[in-house]
Amino acid sequence: MGKTLAEKVWDEHVVRSTPGEPDLLYIDLHLIHEVTSPQAFDGLRLAGRKVRRPDLTLATEDHNVPTLDWDKPIADPVSKTQVDTLRKNAEEFGVRLHPLGDVEQGIVHVVGPQLGLTQPGMTIVCGDSHTSTHGAFGAIAFGIGTSEVEHVLATQTLPQAKPKTMAVTVNGSLAEGVTAKDLILYLIAQTGTGGGQGYIVEYRGAAIEALSMEGRMTVCNMSIEWGAKAGMIAPDETTFAYIEGKAEAPKGAEWDAAVAHWRTLVTDADATFDKEIVIDAADVTPFVTWGTNPGQGAPLGANVPSPDDFEDPSDKLAAEKALEYMGLEAGQPLRSVKVDTVFVGSCTNGRIEDLRLAADIIKGHKVAEGTRLLVVPGSVRVRNQAMEEGLDKIFIEAGAEWRGAGCSMCLGMNPDTLQPQERSASTSNRNFEGRQGKGGRTHLVSVPVAAATAVKGTLASPADLSADLV
Amino acid sequence: MEKFTSHTGTALPLRRSNVDTDQIIPAVYLKRVTRTGFEDGLFAAWRNDPEFVANKPEYQGVSILVAGPDFGTGSSREHAVWALMDYGFKVVLSSRFADIFRGNSGKAGLLSVPVEQDVIEQLWAAIEADPTTQITVDLESRTVTCGDLVAPFQIDDYTRYRLLNGLDDIGITLGHEADIAAYESKRPSWKPVTQHA
Repeated sequence: MGKTLAEKVWDEHVVRSTPGEPDLLYIDLHLIHEVTSPQAFDGLRLAGRKVRRPDLTLATEDHNVPTLDWDKPIADPVSKTQVDTLRKNAEEFGVRLHPLGDVEQGIVHVVGPQLGLTQPGMTIVCGDSHTSTHGAFGAIAFGIGTSEVEHVLATQTLPQAKPKTMAVTVNGSLAEGVTAKDLILYLIAQTGTGGGQGYIVEYRGAAIEALSMEGRMTVCNMSIEWGAKAGMIAPDETTFAYIEGKAEAPKGAEWDAAVAHWRTLVTDADATFDKEIVIDAADVTPFVTWGTNPGQGAPLGANVPSPDDFEDPSDKLAAEKALEYMGLEAGQPLRSVKVDTVFVGSCTNGRIEDLRLAADIIKGHKVAEGTRLLVVPGSVRVRNQAMEEGLDKIFIEAGAEWRGAGCSMCLGMNPDTLQPQERSASTSNRNFEGRQGKGGRTHLVSVPVAAATAVKGTLASPADLSADLV
Repeated sequence: MEKFTSHTGTALPLRRSNVDTDQIIPAVYLKRVTRTGFEDGLFAAWRNDPEFVANKPEYQGVSILVAGPDFGTGSSREHAVWALMDYGFKVVLSSRFADIFRGNSGKAGLLSVPVEQDVIEQLWAAIEADPTTQITVDLESRTVTCGDLVAPFQIDDYTRYRLLNGLDDIGITLGHEADIAAYESKRPSWKPVTQHA
């Protein structure tokens, strides 16, 4: 019987397999950052262990770094301690680090792909749940905890029980103005936050194949938000074209050998998945969240639901609590929700394509009175590219804040946070209570919805802007 | 890691689903570079509310957390596990755990125990009726016991064996060094590296 893409990549990385034990899996690339690594390095030091493969390890500073004054010492003493600790550890253990000020500094899941380090058929881990992003290249990529970070540093392997496999097939094509972000928010609303639990999910079908690498990364990025172990997309010409010529991509004969292998990384026609979900892309419209987990979403054109709409008592209770926290009334049109801050950025939507899309919509408009727009590129390289294309000027002329690279307001570990009861429309991935600042209220949105919302001051899509001109 | 065989204690009924790791410990509390001292961050936003269940005098000194479904979703932060342990929890019960959280808890020695939601409901009712109710979680027999209620739970044999014996994963893996070296010798040369000779 044939194998799924996930099974092929998994099987290629099994170092040791014994009945009754998890497989010992080899890790091709280990990405690290300042927040989840200090205790892991400390563990190595205490045990007198080394980093087994510094040459398969890469560190960057992203989670807590400032997006203003990044050339000055970090003002927050605790953030500074973490960043200094990472720098010290990278030096002591011989790990390559891209610190603040470096052109390759940025969000770890933007940096890996832009360097060409993320390639099909790899195993990639990082002490960050959004490591699932790299699955867009046909890699098995997943987030790990700090104990596992230490394990990978010491052994370049991880004991892992083999997950089940699931196919999510998206037939047809997404309508104009509907993005990969809307698709994944729509999917999570169907499945709930636990729907993918225990599975490596392969996204496939015409609508997935039509996505750019950036779009595929957005979909795989949010796999974790419906509980999946990892998300993957089979590599194809789009993938190869994206990687070719990148700094760490194979060159010459090595490139040919690599591509020849990558072409085999598809699910065999006679392979079976443990579970299958089929979606019609035509059913997906601009989608936003109204609640406090990514599964609590609805079409932008809908009204805020009522707790009574939910049959399951725990869903009903969750909706009640969410509406209270979010300060929303059941039945209120989502388009009537006034937004204080719009955040464009994060590992979900902080790539060059996202900034181009946002700039294209913002161009010629002003950010609404009483609303602020924060644009945070995913990496310094993305930022530089955007500036070369003049996107920064479009944002600044519209009244937006054009910032340095990092995770920023996605998780509010740096000074970019919401105030209590402040409401955001955010292109990031989590609308959890307090995620973007204590008491802050987050609506997850696509880039076009974010940009249109910044102009209108209420949740909106680009279509709403042109309607105003008529 | 400490061995875990059986634990008996009082419990905190947390009637919430989707308790994500940002609720367990908000990101602003993650800036420590040590492995301990995270108890202040546990449920930090909720603990500001005097009515929050963990603030009630009858639930001080609890060591078992009984939570709603989809516990530990979101961020991979192991700090969530450390914060629960630093606060004094030895066991978390829920009908469903996020994968990364469950993995992290197994590494750090916090036992995450999946039981059916109706068992959770019965435990909530028992604890709320009498907060001094003792619950026993026995890893050897894979059961949760509370008065007349005896509920089995699933845990994979390997994690159970490691927890029962308090074994360090890295030590076990380093015992397979020869297998790792053999694998490395066969890796294709086009696989990327971050450092070039």
